[in-house]
Amino acid sequence: MRILPFVVSALITLLLILLLNNKWGSVPPVARFLSPQQGFWQNAEAVDHDFTEDLQFESLKGSSDVYLDERLVPHIFAEHDEDAYFIQGYLHAKFRLWQMEFQTLAAAGRISEKMGNDPRYVAFDKEQRRSGMVWAAENALIEIEKDPETKASCDAYTAGINAYINTLTINNLPFEYKLLDYEPEAWSNLKIALFLKQMSKTLSGNDDDLENTATKNGFSFKELMYLNPQVPDSLQPIIPSGTLFATAGILPQKPADAESVYFNETDSLQLTQVSKPDPNNGSNNWVVAGSKTKTGAPILANDPHLELSFPSIWYEMQITTPNINAYGVSFPGSPNIIVGFNDSIAWGVTNSQRDVRDYYKVEFKDETQMMYRFNEQWVPTQLVVEEIKTKNGSSVFDTVPYTIFGPVMFDHRHSDKLKFYEGIALRWTAHDPSNEARTFYDLNRAKNYSDYENAIQSFTCPAQNFVFASKSGDIAIWQQGRFPARWYGQGTYIMPGSDSSYMWQGFIPQVENPHAINPEQGFLQSANQRPVDSAYPYFIPGNYIVPRGVSIHQKLSVMQQVTVEDMMKLQNDYHSVFAASVIPLLLKNVQEKDLEPDAQRYLAIIKQWDFNTVPGATAPTIYQSWFDSLESLIWTDEFNYASSELKFPDEQTLFEYLVSDSAFRYIDDINTTEIETLPLMITRALNKASKILKTKEEKGIMEWTKHKNPTIYHLLRTALMPFSQQVAVGGWSNVINATTTSHGPSWRMIVHLDHETEAYGVYPGGQHGNPGSRFYNSFVDTWAMGKYYTLFFMKKLDVGDDRIKWKMNFNPAV
Amino acid sequence: MKFLVSVVLIVLLAFLIQLFLPWWSLAIVAFLVGILIYQRAGMAFLSGFTALFLLWGGIAFFINIQNQDILARKVALLLPLGGSSILLILVTALVGALVAGMASLSGHYLRKSRKLS
Repeated sequence: MRILPFVVSALITLLLILLLNNKWGSVPPVARFLSPQQGFWQNAEAVDHDFTEDLQFESLKGSSDVYLDERLVPHIFAEHDEDAYFIQGYLHAKFRLWQMEFQTLAAAGRISEKMGNDPRYVAFDKEQRRSGMVWAAENALIEIEKDPETKASCDAYTAGINAYINTLTINNLPFEYKLLDYEPEAWSNLKIALFLKQMSKTLSGNDDDLENTATKNGFSFKELMYLNPQVPDSLQPIIPSGTLFATAGILPQKPADAESVYFNETDSLQLTQVSKPDPNNGSNNWVVAGSKTKTGAPILANDPHLELSFPSIWYEMQITTPNINAYGVSFPGSPNIIVGFNDSIAWGVTNSQRDVRDYYKVEFKDETQMMYRFNEQWVPTQLVVEEIKTKNGSSVFDTVPYTIFGPVMFDHRHSDKLKFYEGIALRWTAHDPSNEARTFYDLNRAKNYSDYENAIQSFTCPAQNFVFASKSGDIAIWQQGRFPARWYGQGTYIMPGSDSSYMWQGFIPQVENPHAINPEQGFLQSANQRPVDSAYPYFIPGNYIVPRGVSIHQKLSVMQQVTVEDMMKLQNDYHSVFAASVIPLLLKNVQEKDLEPDAQRYLAIIKQWDFNTVPGATAPTIYQSWFDSLESLIWTDEFNYASSELKFPDEQTLFEYLVSDSAFRYIDDINTTEIETLPLMITRALNKASKILKTKEEKGIMEWTKHKNPTIYHLLRTALMPFSQQVAVGGWSNVINATTTSHGPSWRMIVHLDHETEAYGVYPGGQHGNPGSRFYNSFVDTWAMGKYYTLFFMKKLDVGDDRIKWKMNFNPAV
Repeated sequence: MKFLVSVVLIVLLAFLIQLFLPWWSLAIVAFLVGILIYQRAGMAFLSGFTALFLLWGGIAFFINIQNQDILARKVALLLPLGGSSILLILVTALVGALVAGMASLSGHYLRKSRKLS
C-alpha cells in the first residue's frame, strides 16, 4: 500500500496536465496557451524587435532586398518578377497568415472546422457551399492557370507563403491559432481564387431579389419600380450627364408570358440569406485633371469603404523589379498591388453596386432532386455532396444540386415556404470563368491609358469603377465588369427556372460599359451611384447610393487650383448634403405647437446645425433619429405584412417624393381611419425620436460619435472585444467621410502625378497582424484624425534613408 | 541546501527541455528531480512549485517588460483578469508551478515507496 500516495499524486499530475493541455469549449488549452516558452507570451513582440533577417530559399532565382521602413512597410527590390511575388507571399504570411487563411476558410465554408460545432457556423458554411463559392474559385483557378504569367506569379506567391508556413513551430504560431487551437494548412493557388471570390461576395453579393419577391403580394411591379426609381432626380452619375451612348449592341427579349407568369404572379416567397454583405460596402474615388490643379498635374484620390477590422484587409507595400515599380495596398491572400500607383500611372477602385445575381425557381421531379423540369423536359441535375467538417470531428453532409443556372441555394430544408419538389437556383457572374488576377498584374505594369484599358478587360466580378490618371495627363474612369443585358424587370424577382427564355440572353458588350476619358469638366468621380443617366440603353438595377456622388461632384466642380491638401480635406469631409436637403423640408412641416418640451429643445439644436456630422455634435444624432423615425412611420404600415424583414425604399427616394408631392400616398398610416398628413407625421416622428433621444441624453451618449460608436473590431468580432478599438470619428454612409459603426474608409490614398510622384495614404490598422506587436494598430490614430502618411516611394538609391529601419535579404539556397 | 539544488536543477532543466518538447515536459523534469533528490514531501512539492513559479513567472515578466504590456493587457481582459498583466503573470506562474509541484511530489512518493518496500 506504500505505492498509494504515488499513484494518487501521479494521477492528479496527469489529470492536471490533461486538463491544462486541452481546449474546453471556448476556453483555450490553458497551460499550452500560457506557457511563456511556447504559448501566447511568445507573440508578445519586443517593442524594439529587430526585423532584419537573412533568408535562403531554394526556389528563388536571384538575390532580393526588402527594406522595411519605420512604419513596417516593406519595399521589395527583386531582380526577377517571380522572386518579388515569392517575397510578397512570404511577407503576407509573416505578417498576416492567420487572417488570410481564416478569410479563405470562410470563403470555402469551412468555419465550423476551426471554430466549433455551433449551428450558426454550420449554417454559414452551408450557405457558402450552396452559393457555389468553391465552384466559382475552381472556375477562376482554371483561368488563372491557363495564363502563363498569372500562373507563374500565383505559383511564386503561393510558394512564398508556404516557405513561411514551413518555418513555423509551435512557439511562433500566430496568436489566433494558439487561442483557437488549430494549425495552418498549406497554401495553394485555389486559396488565392477563394480570396478573390470572397471579395466578389462582399462587393456583388447584395442583390434584393429575395426581398423583392417577398413584397410581391403587397406591391405590384409598377409600384415596386415607383418606389425604387432607376434614375433619381438628384443623381450625379459617374459618366457626366449628357454623354451620348452608342445604341445597345444587344436587345434582350422579354419572354412572351412574362406578364402572366413572372410579373403578375402574386406568390410571394420569403427567404432570407444567412450572411448578406453590408449594404454600405462602397467607396469614393475621383481624379482631377491638370487643368484644375495648381501644379498642372493630375491628382487621383480613392477611399474604399469596407468593414474596418483588425487585422486590416489591406497591407501596404512597394514592389520593384526590372518590370514593375508599384506602390500601394495589397490584399493578404492575393498577389500584386490592388490600389496604388507606379512610375507612370495611378489607379483606384469603387464598387459598381450593379446587380449581377439572379435566382431561378426550379421544379424537381421528386425528392431525390436528380431531375428538374427545363423546357418541357426532365433534365438531370448534378448532385454535389458537401462535407462540412466540424471541430469535434463529426461532419455535416449537404447535397447541392447544380442546374443550368448554377447551384440550388435554397430548398425545403432551408425554408418551410418551399415544397419538397421546389428549389431556388443562383445565377451569379462570380461563377463564370474569369481571371481577375490578370487585371492587377497588368495594372501594376501599366504605363499609359491604353495599358490600363487593356488591363481591366479581363475583370468580370465584382464589377468596379476603375479610376485612372497618368503622368502624361490623361484621366479616365471605366465601370468594368461583366453585366447581363436584361429586359426591363428581368431579375427583379425570383424567375421561373423551367423555361430557357428567362435565362440571361447575353452580356452588355465590354466596349459599352460606362466610361469617360478626359472630360471637359476636368474631373471624374464615382461614389457607388448609378453610373449613367437615363440615356444609357440598358436596364441596370443596383444598390446605388446617391448623396456622396452629389457631394463630391458639387465640391469638385467649383474647385480650381486644386492641391493635395484640398483632396485630403475632401476625403475627410463631414458635410451631409442629404441632411442639408432634408432638414429644410422637416423644418417647413414640423408643427412646433404640437411638440413636447424635449422635442422643442432638440428642434432648436437642429435649427442651429451647419449639417456637418462632426464627432462631438449632438445635432447629427437628433437629425438621424428624427429621420429614421419618420421613415419608420411612413413605411412600416405598408411593409410590415411580411414576417421577414423587408427593406424600406432608399432614403433618397423618400426624400425626393416628399419634396415633389406633399400628398405622397404612403404618408398615410393605412391602419388608421384618419388621413395622416406630412406635417403631422414629421411632428409625430420628432416626438417619437425625442423619447429615445432623452434616454441617450441621460446616458451621456448624445454626441454623434458616442451615438454611433465607431469601432474597429478584430475579425472574430465580439468574441475578441479587447482586441478591438473605438475611434471618435464622425461622418455617415451618405457623407464623403463614410465612417459608420464598424465600416468606412478602409484606405485613404491621394496620388499627385507630378514630375516626382507625391503620394499620401493611411489605413485604420497596422502592418502587423499580431495583436502583440506595436504595429498592430499603429496607424489608427493618424487615420482617425484625418491625417496621412507621406508614402515613401523608394528608389534603390535611397538605401541610406533614415526612414529605413530593417533589411531582409532573400537569397537562393546554395 | 537540497531544496535550493532541486529548485535550481528544475529551473535549468525545465527551461532546456521546453526548448524541444511541449510544455508538459516540465513535469518529467520535476518528477525526475523529485526522485533523485530526496526531501520531505512538502519540500519536494515546494521545490517543483517554486522552480516553475520562478521560471514561468520570470520569463513572462521579462517578455512583458520588453513588450511594454501590449499583449498581456489585452489577454488579461479576455481571460478575464480585469486587464491586469501582473495578475496574468501570476496565473501563468501558478499554472506551471502547480503541475511541477505535483510532478515533483509524485517523484518523491515513488522513491519513498521503493525505499520502504
